[in-house]
Amino acid sequence: MIWKEILIRYGELSTKGRNKMDFIRRLRENIRHAFADLGHLHIRTERDRMFIAIENEAQMQTLITGLPKIFGIQSFSPVAACEKEIETMKKLAITIMETFNDEQRTFKVEVKRTDKTFPLESHAIQREIGGYVLPQFKNLSVKVKQPDIELRVEVRHDATYMMAQVIAGAGGMPVGSNGKSLLMLSGGIDSPVAGYLMMKRGVRLEAIHFFSPPYTSQNSLEKVKVLANELTKFGASIRLHVIPFTEIQVLIKEKVPSNVSMTTTRRMMLKVADQVREEIGALAIVTGESLGQVASQTLESLTAINAVTNTPILRPLISADKLEIIDIAEKIGTYETSIQPFEDCCTIFTPASPKTKPKLEKVEHYESFSDFDELIERAVKNREVYIFPKKEEQQQDKFADLL
Amino acid sequence: MVNTIYLDNSATTKPLNEVMQAFMVVNEQYYANPASIHAMGVESNDLLMRAREQVADILQTEARNVLFTSGGTESNNAAIFGIARSNTHIGKHILTTEIEHPSVLETIKQLEKEGYDIDYLSVDQNGVISLDDLRTKIRKETILVSMMHVNNEMGAIQPIDEAAKMIHEMSRAVLHVDAVQSFGKLAISFKGEDGPDCISISGHKIHGLKGSGVLAFRKAIRWQPYALGGGQEFGLRSGTVAVPQAVALAKAARLAIETANERAMKYRQWQDEIRAQLEGYGESVHILSTPQGAAHILSFSVRDLKGEVIINAMQKRGIIVSTSSACSSKQTKTSHVVEALHLDEHYKKGVIRISFGAHNTAEDIEKFKQVLAEVMLELKGEIK
Repeated sequence: MIWKEILIRYGELSTKGRNKMDFIRRLRENIRHAFADLGHLHIRTERDRMFIAIENEAQMQTLITGLPKIFGIQSFSPVAACEKEIETMKKLAITIMETFNDEQRTFKVEVKRTDKTFPLESHAIQREIGGYVLPQFKNLSVKVKQPDIELRVEVRHDATYMMAQVIAGAGGMPVGSNGKSLLMLSGGIDSPVAGYLMMKRGVRLEAIHFFSPPYTSQNSLEKVKVLANELTKFGASIRLHVIPFTEIQVLIKEKVPSNVSMTTTRRMMLKVADQVREEIGALAIVTGESLGQVASQTLESLTAINAVTNTPILRPLISADKLEIIDIAEKIGTYETSIQPFEDCCTIFTPASPKTKPKLEKVEHYESFSDFDELIERAVKNREVYIFPKKEEQQQDKFADLL
Repeated sequence: MVNTIYLDNSATTKPLNEVMQAFMVVNEQYYANPASIHAMGVESNDLLMRAREQVADILQTEARNVLFTSGGTESNNAAIFGIARSNTHIGKHILTTEIEHPSVLETIKQLEKEGYDIDYLSVDQNGVISLDDLRTKIRKETILVSMMHVNNEMGAIQPIDEAAKMIHEMSRAVLHVDAVQSFGKLAISFKGEDGPDCISISGHKIHGLKGSGVLAFRKAIRWQPYALGGGQEFGLRSGTVAVPQAVALAKAARLAIETANERAMKYRQWQDEIRAQLEGYGESVHILSTPQGAAHILSFSVRDLKGEVIINAMQKRGIIVSTSSACSSKQTKTSHVVEALHLDEHYKKGVIRISFGAHNTAEDIEKFKQVLAEVMLELKGEIK
């Protein structure tokens, strides 16, 4: 096998001066975490790039499929290496270019000579290799500006490295480099997308879900678990806190007029979430709210709901259209799960005509007749916590014999 | 029948033990309706999803493009009716070959009665269509081309990829491929940019179970639901999904794909050996299958003899072979495939098909060759 390593170019962190080593360390840890199945990876880090040593073909394929999902990576390239000898280098160039011999393409050779003791200068190397490769591939033609393929040759001190393929990464920042937040995960289309966008900005997530059995089914909870698990594909584990919410919802339905019950429900959810947030040491709460999408997402509603806490509420989708959100959901693979039609706690008690402009004082007045705090304490205390990525072995094995 | 050697695997195959085992277990443990919302339903739905994903992986498409059906005939019917009836805004022209399986030909004849315009591609003596002929017959308003991959009666392989390229360049037509005889033996999938848009598969031809099949699409296409009711299978085919059948099919498909190469090599060698023996009979025997055809099917005809006579003679000696196809073997008239090949009159009546399967061994083939020699000797007087 000619492949020696995968070169990873950092995303935005290339531009950050401070904390850089911390970011790089995060990225390295996230990569290790995402590819834990591959055993221990040999990762070498430099200021502007990172190298993963390749041991076999299968390992390389897994990395190539998985790396585009990990935040903090601008792009990456499989790198081949050979000794610093021009004839050997020419042969390696041919082998690398053979991956592209399927269709008509333009290319150029780009040479960087870090080892200045190498007898040939950059231009000479370029001519030698280009002149050797070109006649052997009918489909290649030279183009200096913006070619389809750039065969990059680097003569370093230890060896010559070559690469041609540049695979785009997910961009963003390594998950965890910007602290931890609590995501309110409903099971709909929006909240996983909101979580994804925050992860892209380097935020580590824990998720909270409100479960109201028997009004909501086990299916809706399973769906949320699947979504939480989906989000772990972007390079970090996620803990899901499932709050038993039935008691609170029933009390709201009893004590609060139906046209503001939705606002109160949201306020109680936020109170619960805020307590959980404090316990787990997260700094902010993330929601999938998008302005004007439903009655609870008008500015008036958001104000009334938000009044229960000073904690920053991050709403990455606040200005996004539904179609834009769906696009992202499809891209990240949560859409299909999200549209499975199970009742969730938001749809089950929805009043016929919720107020789109609830008044904070009135909502507070209605709530003042009941003691919600005790129920909130209990809900927080009795929550169940699940950790993802779920070890799928059990499930996998159960069906493996059958398939 | 003890010690019987079964060489009629293109008619149907014996299910593998692993497949039957899986079928049993699913019926015992995951019998709940996958559409039910209780825990047991969720579990069988998970299993169904896994089976669907497995088939999708093998065919290189998305799980949502894989539909479980009751078999090859249903898949073919559904594909052809569905595509034809939902694309009339483009046209009503359909292309197919003369040597398709009846489940394709009869469906298309029905459409002809309904006012669709049908053109048939003829085949040469090797059973293969001409791409030039295809080029002249494709029209702008062609909406469907239905072409089998491997012919069930004599194993000819159609140039699917070249045809696909041509069809997609020249029209908006959908290419449906009946891969019942080829799936699990030859490479057929949605891999690559050009190729089939829609594939039919049958479970019982790949050592799976009768009553199970798949209709798969490259991507979501304009298509009509055909079984109305509870909206199962993405609303296209209502009816409680047969999870055990789906799992059995997914398992049979995986096992078939995993062993396809080694089996193909074996089958090819057997075919060559038998072919050599047949060639030794000179004018008395005409071989319909070409060396370029599928490895697992070998059809030949004995001059002026009825196929039945040979089948009976072989059966007496413990060998099961078939006339050209199981579907047409009980009818007395010459099969449409044999007609399409323009065989000499002397060879039309006596077509025999032998088809290999996973349970056959080299000893079986030795025995077959021996019996063939005996039968040919016995019938010598009747062969003119």
